[in-house]
Amino acid sequence: MSNAGDSVAKVVKKHGKNASMMLDIIREVQDDIGCVSDEAAAGIANSLGVSKVDVDGVISFYHFLSKKPLGKYTVYLNNSAVAIMKGRDAVAKAFEQAVGCSFGETSFDGQIGLYDTSDIGMNDQEPAALINGVVFTSLTPEKAKDLVFQMKAGKDVKAMVREVGDGMNKSDIIHAMVKNNIQKEGPVIFAPFESGSGIRKAVAMTPEQVIEEIKKSNLRGRGGAGFPTGMKWEFTRNAKGKHAYVLCNADEGEPGTFKDRVILTERPEMLFEGMAVAGYAIGASEGVLYLRAEYRYLLDYLNDILTAMRKNGLLGKSAAGKKGFDFDISIKLGAGAYICGEESALIESAEGKRGEPRNRPPFPAQYGYKGQPTAVNNVESLCAAARIMEKGGEWFAKMGTFQSHGVKVLSISGDCTRPGIYEVEFGMTLEKLLEECGGSGAVAVQVGGPSGKCVGKKDFGKKLSFEELPTGGSMIVIGPDRDLLGIVHNFMDFFVEESCGWCTPCRAGNVILKQRLEKVMAGKGTESDLADMASWCGIVKAMSRCGLGQTSPNPIATTLENFREVYEAKLQKGVDFVSEFDMSTAVRDYCVTAGRKAEVKGH
Amino acid sequence: MSTITFEIDGKQCKARAGQTIVEAARENGIYIPVLCWYEGLKPAGICRMCTVKVNGRNMAACTTPAAEGMIVDNAIPELEDMRKALVEMLFVEGNHMCPTCEKSGNCELQALGYRYGLLAPRFPYLFPVRKMDAVYTKIMIDTNRCVQCRRCVRGITTKDGKHIFAMMSRSGKTTIVADPALEAKISDDLAKKAMDQCPVGAILKKEIGFAVPIGRRKYDKAPIGSDIAGK
Repeated sequence: MSNAGDSVAKVVKKHGKNASMMLDIIREVQDDIGCVSDEAAAGIANSLGVSKVDVDGVISFYHFLSKKPLGKYTVYLNNSAVAIMKGRDAVAKAFEQAVGCSFGETSFDGQIGLYDTSDIGMNDQEPAALINGVVFTSLTPEKAKDLVFQMKAGKDVKAMVREVGDGMNKSDIIHAMVKNNIQKEGPVIFAPFESGSGIRKAVAMTPEQVIEEIKKSNLRGRGGAGFPTGMKWEFTRNAKGKHAYVLCNADEGEPGTFKDRVILTERPEMLFEGMAVAGYAIGASEGVLYLRAEYRYLLDYLNDILTAMRKNGLLGKSAAGKKGFDFDISIKLGAGAYICGEESALIESAEGKRGEPRNRPPFPAQYGYKGQPTAVNNVESLCAAARIMEKGGEWFAKMGTFQSHGVKVLSISGDCTRPGIYEVEFGMTLEKLLEECGGSGAVAVQVGGPSGKCVGKKDFGKKLSFEELPTGGSMIVIGPDRDLLGIVHNFMDFFVEESCGWCTPCRAGNVILKQRLEKVMAGKGTESDLADMASWCGIVKAMSRCGLGQTSPNPIATTLENFREVYEAKLQKGVDFVSEFDMSTAVRDYCVTAGRKAEVKGH
Repeated sequence: MSTITFEIDGKQCKARAGQTIVEAARENGIYIPVLCWYEGLKPAGICRMCTVKVNGRNMAACTTPAAEGMIVDNAIPELEDMRKALVEMLFVEGNHMCPTCEKSGNCELQALGYRYGLLAPRFPYLFPVRKMDAVYTKIMIDTNRCVQCRRCVRGITTKDGKHIFAMMSRSGKTTIVADPALEAKISDDLAKKAMDQCPVGAILKKEIGFAVPIGRRKYDKAPIGSDIAGK
């Protein structure tokens, strides 16, 4: 711990007076002094030559940044739907009782802070929490109490990890409780991969040939949007610019997805090779891995791998032995914002700013990172590219369906007996998948996470593919005893919180939709409320600026479509209108002031 | 050579290369409603009022360049209803009390409300608790009225290019603030510019108010957009 001025001076000296490093500077100052106080923010603004409000704007945008002290120990407990299914609420209560404060507060001595956070990518081992960045999984109330006991005793957080997970999680450098839970290995990502086998093949070809090979494979982006990777690289290669950049999107924030976490843990070399392949294809000399803050526990490990790859000549000057191809990779850390998984928001964030998506056109391929042509690709897409180099585009294209080639890595969680990672060929039916993961009792599956679709039994025969059931990887199995509307509400809460606030329909529309859902859930809805919600979902989807807003009403829209009876059961029958006005709520503030109980009969 | 020919609602329009659909439409006498757009500022695609269909796809007309052969749908019922919905969202999202507002009659949100015949919004009022900030020397910021258009963020800077206004937070909690140190040094002219550039009454210059009485203000005389499309 040091004082604000010293800390800012030290961190700015390390990064240089460069506004594009603002996010890194802010985060490191916070690591140093526990928060980014007004004094620290002013110091950062001064050094970088920007307004203090610009620094404050960045701090206030990201979930893990704070102007107030967060506590010596910061507990971020996941509050996403699957965490709640797995007993999160009892764990939260245990934390509160043991610490003596509520979530959103710090203990009276300021030592322990309790905070909610949205999905941390551990859905197959919930309830889970991050304490000072260290992951604690499969929590129970007893374990929570024990953790608090150890924090109160002043123990080092890393020393609180008593059991470690499988695979590389066991390594000394990661040393995490996290489990990979790889249930099914496929031929592309989790088959054995010999280091160098992808990039060496690539540099033996011309960049144009590499792009051709990727095109031949019909690889489409694995983050969810499904844009053809070969085409993206071609656009980027052909765009005018001084430099080109490869950005790897390792900011999987969609609740229910955790596949990139496992790929980063078990296949980092393959990923970095994929980035080098992309760099070679588009003519870039720099790659940036944008790593979500929740996966910070992998940072040292990933940097270690990069160092080894430089040593082996796979990265750096004349990468993979190719004269004239200089390519290196650095890692940028996020700070807690789902929207940064959107490619242009990711670029903004990587440039040290608020993670707000950009207007398009221009697309990142023309005007991306630092204003230069940029290819932003998902972790899984880049790994697939490395494998395609090794095995050929034709080999890859043979797998899958007509419009979806190759395999998909799925993260399955929820009401199933074998949650975890499944690498399956496109075209597998949902039914078959449920059988494999022990989720045959499901009544609903959230395909592609909250921004995807909630489907019922009538769709279980559909195939996982871009054309029938697209998914970025998140698959949440929902059993018969779950409160479906509660899950929908949790997802809407998530979108309300994670909207960047830029455009009207997403910022205001989701709040309005959530409120109307609450009216129905409270038993005060009528048929007309369902019609309103369907229509308002349409407005938000049609008018929003980016993918977040355009998909944010999906939890309501797709359950209204596929599970209308669940809503119907909550409605008041035979009435056209139920007033939303609630006298008790309306006079609550007054009653509190007057010291009366806010119970008004007859309303 | 650099003249672009395209179509809005069936009318042939001409544009110069690089012009956005909103700019070109204005020059062709077609009104596309805007709120966050402001002449001379970099368009930001915030309010989404200018959403049009470009070859069938929804796009913000303020950020989309006009292109040869484009077919644009503008004043079609489907879009007009959604634009009205956006105006309604902005009304329920903040706390807008027109009769007591210094901007009444000059307010673009109010004017859009009139243009779209807004009587009662389809959405319930959210009645957020928002801040009225008068700590500044030359201006005051009433975030109850803010529509988050960021005209102030984009357009009001110090001579060396520093932002005087910035957005705080995210989601429905986003709010504008001014940098107290920089605001303390702004000229009267810049303070007036900030107020004039604000489409609503969120940024007001201190001391002088209601110099022109309500009833004799810009949109009291003619509806918004009539200077462009002669309505």
